[in-house]
Amino acid sequence: MVGALAIILLFQLAGEVISRAGHLPLPGPVLGMVGLVVALSVSTRLRELIRPTAQGVLQNLSLLFVPAGVGVVAHMPTLASYGVALGVALVVSTLLAIVVGAVTFTWVARLVGSRADD
Amino acid sequence: MTDAALIWSYLASKPLLWLCATLFAYWAGDAIFRRSGRKPWANPVMIAVILLAVLLGLTGTEYQSYFEGAQFVHFMLGPATVCLAVPLQANLGAVRRALVPIVVALLAGSFTAVFSALAIAWAFGADTALLAALAPKSATAPVAIGISESLGGAPTLTAVLVLLTGMIGAIFVTPMLNALGLKDWRARGFATGVAAHGIGTARAFQVHDTAGAFASIGMGLNAVLTAFLAPLVLRLFL
Repeated sequence: MVGALAIILLFQLAGEVISRAGHLPLPGPVLGMVGLVVALSVSTRLRELIRPTAQGVLQNLSLLFVPAGVGVVAHMPTLASYGVALGVALVVSTLLAIVVGAVTFTWVARLVGSRADD
Repeated sequence: MTDAALIWSYLASKPLLWLCATLFAYWAGDAIFRRSGRKPWANPVMIAVILLAVLLGLTGTEYQSYFEGAQFVHFMLGPATVCLAVPLQANLGAVRRALVPIVVALLAGSFTAVFSALAIAWAFGADTALLAALAPKSATAPVAIGISESLGGAPTLTAVLVLLTGMIGAIFVTPMLNALGLKDWRARGFATGVAAHGIGTARAFQVHDTAGAFASIGMGLNAVLTAFLAPLVLRLFL
């Protein structure tokens, strides 16, 4: 578990270094994730080492949003003055994005003959 | 000073109290979520945030001193993002078989999410900082927070907007796509993961396994794409 955690942190560290050194728009952890996908595809041993720890972290993923979420108390004035704008923007854009994504996927899958397995 | 005041001044200066409160608030939120039969409106994060916000208000605690304790939990967002590599790698085979629809739907869904949100908020007269906080709201929280920070938005505001986005998606996705008659579970799941990240993905897993797997792929890919897309689209509205 310590080994897995050390490797996960190492990928994040490498991602941060590359992101900052190259002035990339991608946050360090995202680069770390991309790097780890590549590494996991290459090494079965690494997959077996990382999986239990990663699953443990991901099962409690929502907990990690709480501290930033509590920041809502510091943004009450903004939320009050832009409440309608943000509400309309969130509802319309989220529902529109789901419909556009699902319809596009369905049409393109039909076009290229990609079928679901089940 | 009385004993109680002395103890309080000790607790208020150490991270232990608010770290403890954060874990207990989430534990309570999760218990309510399970008791409700995992209804999307009983989101455990939302419940924990409300409990803690009330507690901060009652004790007159500033967000900054709360965060001194909660930062240990917050820190784990980075490693958690790296951990998303595990489900993504496990599903690489399914990704390869549906590569073309995935790429096209990812571009269409991700662009729609960023552009329509910014266009609406901009039309309502939102300022630059608010637009920056709003732009990455469809990406998974750890990534959205990182993007928002780099664009000059408030990361804590982004966190709230991300949570609301996920809940809106989770509540409406099933009735909406049923009404449209879309039956491909890959398409339904994938679009939900792209637009409503982890909360949408959790919802997709409740409805259908294939939808859930494709939702996690959509969430992972959109985390990467939003990091590129959000700064570009934001520039259109500045």
